[in-house]
Amino acid sequence: MDLSYGPEYESFRAEVVTFLTTHRDAAPKGEGMRAAASLAWQKLLIENGYTARTIPEQYGGYGAEPDILKSRIIAEEFANAKTSTGLGGQGISMLVPTLLEMGTEEQKQQFIGPTLRGEMVWCQGYSEPGAGSDLASLRTSAVLDGDEWVVNGQKIWTSTAHIADWIFCLVRTEPDAPKHKGISFLLFEMDTPGIEIRPLVDMTGAANFNETFFTDVRVPKQQIVGERGEGWLVANAILGHERDSLGNPNITLARFNALIDLLKTETIDGQRLIDHPTYRDRLMRIQGRVMALRCNDLRILSAKLNNADATLARMIVKLQGTELRHDLEGLAIDAMGEFGLAYDDNPYVRDHGSWQAQYMFYLGLIIGGGTSQIQKNIISERGLDMPREPKVEKASQG
Amino acid sequence: MEFGLSEEQTLLQDSLNRYLDDASSLEQVKTLVDNPATGLWTGLAELGVPALLIAESAGGVGLGCVEAALVSESLGAHTAPVPFIGTVVMAPLAIALAGVEQDALLAAIASGNTTVGVAVAESIAARADAGVVSDGANLSGKALFVLDFGADQYLVADDKRALFLVAADAYGLQARSLATIDKTRPSGELVFSNTPATRLTDDPDVLRQVIDAGRVMLAADTLGAAQNMLDQSVEYAKQREQFNRPIASFQAVKHMCAEMAAELEPCRALVWYAAHTLDAVADEATLTACHAKAHLAETGTFVAKTATEVHGGMGFTDLLGLHYWFKRIGFNRQMLGAPEMVREEAARVQDLVG
Ligand SMILES: Cc1cc2nc3c(=O)[nH]c(=O)nc-3n(C[C@H](O)[C@H](O)[C@H](O)COP(=O)(O)OP(=O)(O)OC[C@H]3O[C@@H](n4cnc5c(N)ncnc54)[C@H](O)[C@@H]3O)c2cc1C
Repeated sequence: MDLSYGPEYESFRAEVVTFLTTHRDAAPKGEGMRAAASLAWQKLLIENGYTARTIPEQYGGYGAEPDILKSRIIAEEFANAKTSTGLGGQGISMLVPTLLEMGTEEQKQQFIGPTLRGEMVWCQGYSEPGAGSDLASLRTSAVLDGDEWVVNGQKIWTSTAHIADWIFCLVRTEPDAPKHKGISFLLFEMDTPGIEIRPLVDMTGAANFNETFFTDVRVPKQQIVGERGEGWLVANAILGHERDSLGNPNITLARFNALIDLLKTETIDGQRLIDHPTYRDRLMRIQGRVMALRCNDLRILSAKLNNADATLARMIVKLQGTELRHDLEGLAIDAMGEFGLAYDDNPYVRDHGSWQAQYMFYLGLIIGGGTSQIQKNIISERGLDMPREPKVEKASQG
Repeated sequence: MEFGLSEEQTLLQDSLNRYLDDASSLEQVKTLVDNPATGLWTGLAELGVPALLIAESAGGVGLGCVEAALVSESLGAHTAPVPFIGTVVMAPLAIALAGVEQDALLAAIASGNTTVGVAVAESIAARADAGVVSDGANLSGKALFVLDFGADQYLVADDKRALFLVAADAYGLQARSLATIDKTRPSGELVFSNTPATRLTDDPDVLRQVIDAGRVMLAADTLGAAQNMLDQSVEYAKQREQFNRPIASFQAVKHMCAEMAAELEPCRALVWYAAHTLDAVADEATLTACHAKAHLAETGTFVAKTATEVHGGMGFTDLLGLHYWFKRIGFNRQMLGAPEMVREEAARVQDLVG
């Protein structure tokens, strides 16, 4: 353990604090990812190295050396200031790291910069009606015709498909190969002819995900990441990144700070909620879990830099992080009681209804990106070396 | 810059584990608790364990709380019946922080010849009829739930949070051993009547830091014990067959193990960090120690229960002895503050208690 904060770090922290006091009023407050304020804020954050910090400059990042303490300081100060840490979304959190690892030089040049700046919004076309947890059984097909892939089939639960410019999509290109070996990873524009999007309303009342239909969608041959039939490998690299970002404890920390504020302002019988020992105890219990996952996060970061093993530490992040966040939002609702139910235009609604919305949204993330049960399969099989689930072949296709 | 263990720290823990695998095997532990021979403690003294936190100038090895937490983890993993937390951690720390000359005692601790118990439970939560008062030089009253009971000396806190050292054979001191579920760590009460004592310090901050350190060591002990229970569960599940297949192939059993691993793994980083703050980040130490103590208590309890279930009826038997770890974790949970109590303290140090 060598985490000594030398004077260099104290002055770095001062810099971050000054930045936040100077600029925080310009930060977006829940505007969409296309809003001018969101794009301007993203640009400012990249220029100052507060997001896309370690992505090389030539691809539009800030190009800093990885530094655990600085990352931690940035996360802490942005959480203290309850200020947006910049754009997220599947392009930035999943596609960019994957292209950095597996993309061609041209793909890195073409896609990473605009994606980081928020000019190119992506959606993820993996799940299908018949292929959810068992993703490798997907059937959307792509057949090479001259210099183009011709894509046919249907995706479902495609988040942000209705606003995305591009999609990264898993398709079956080798129908005769074993199921994991017949998949390819394609990138294409969402305004390509033959794509139809039908919104699906989710339990929060928003329509953030969609059914996406492809009919003879023509995609230039070179818009493939990895080789033909290597899509499963590429997808798994991406799933690794998704699991790191879903349930990110640094984002949970900001939310925890907001929860303290809520418990300090709301009252019952004239007494602040924080002064009720039962709510305070639940709050502290959540804080212990947040602290443990933040330490776990630092350990993962450090292991990456020092080539130490942290396989299990990484494997548990999605499961623990999303469950924790769901519980955190649930505590706010319980503490508010009947007010916790207020929603939409109810004049008693607190924080724009975000506690209920996030409580439900995080239940969605417990399911999305590999359910909690699938995470436990992975942890037991790959982390603890327990026997794999038996493979059952379909009896007949009916 | 590193959030993790150094090579030396890993080596230290590996060599200690190798020693304890034999010297504190379950079979050994079962005989040691009924018949406390000193072989294990002598062996640990030869490895330098009691000298761990004592400065080199006083005959110690001068390592820090991260190393102490690693040792505590290994002792928990092996349910080692030795006086670690009071003798090796809390007492030497109290002496160092008080800044008093106690070189002879420190040298005797370092060599493994003297043990020191700790009587501070009343400063965390005083039960009826318990509490120690002092007139400056003599102690009177009763101290319950003494750690490392049966020691040669005791570190005692009075009601003003001052700290004293008392010899076990001092005038007017009655010591009574009290059985608990955990046979690997003797506990008991001390009754003082005008008992002569050596005052170490009046500074309540010393007591606070000593309790912080004790809590992190209990958390580390639970980490080791819980990890061992998880490892035993996975191992057992792969061997045991029912319905013509290993029970490890049943998803219900796999998920019990996955849940234990998922809860426990972040605890490792939390314990490292809590120990690190004791050494190097004074203003975070109490908060982190409280959370490490409470969070490991909760996780440990979950693992102890779940691991027992994975073993079926065998988990319930004395024969298999899984209960030694179960009880170790149960002991760690209550000593130096049960989780609710410790979380309330976490809230207090953040000014969240109105
Ligand atoms: C909010 C949200 C956003 C999403 N966004 C996207 C997106 O942008 N792009 C995209 O492609 N997909 C997206 N998804 C889809 C998501 O990845 C799938 O919903 C998820 O993988 C589960 O698949 P399924 O819905 O078909 O459930 P199923 O696979 O049918 O699972 C149903 C239940 O069975 C359990 N189960 C299934 N298999 C096993 C097993 N082997 N062992 C134990 N239990 C099992 C599951 O855990 C679950 O409890 C999103 C989902 C949600 C909820």
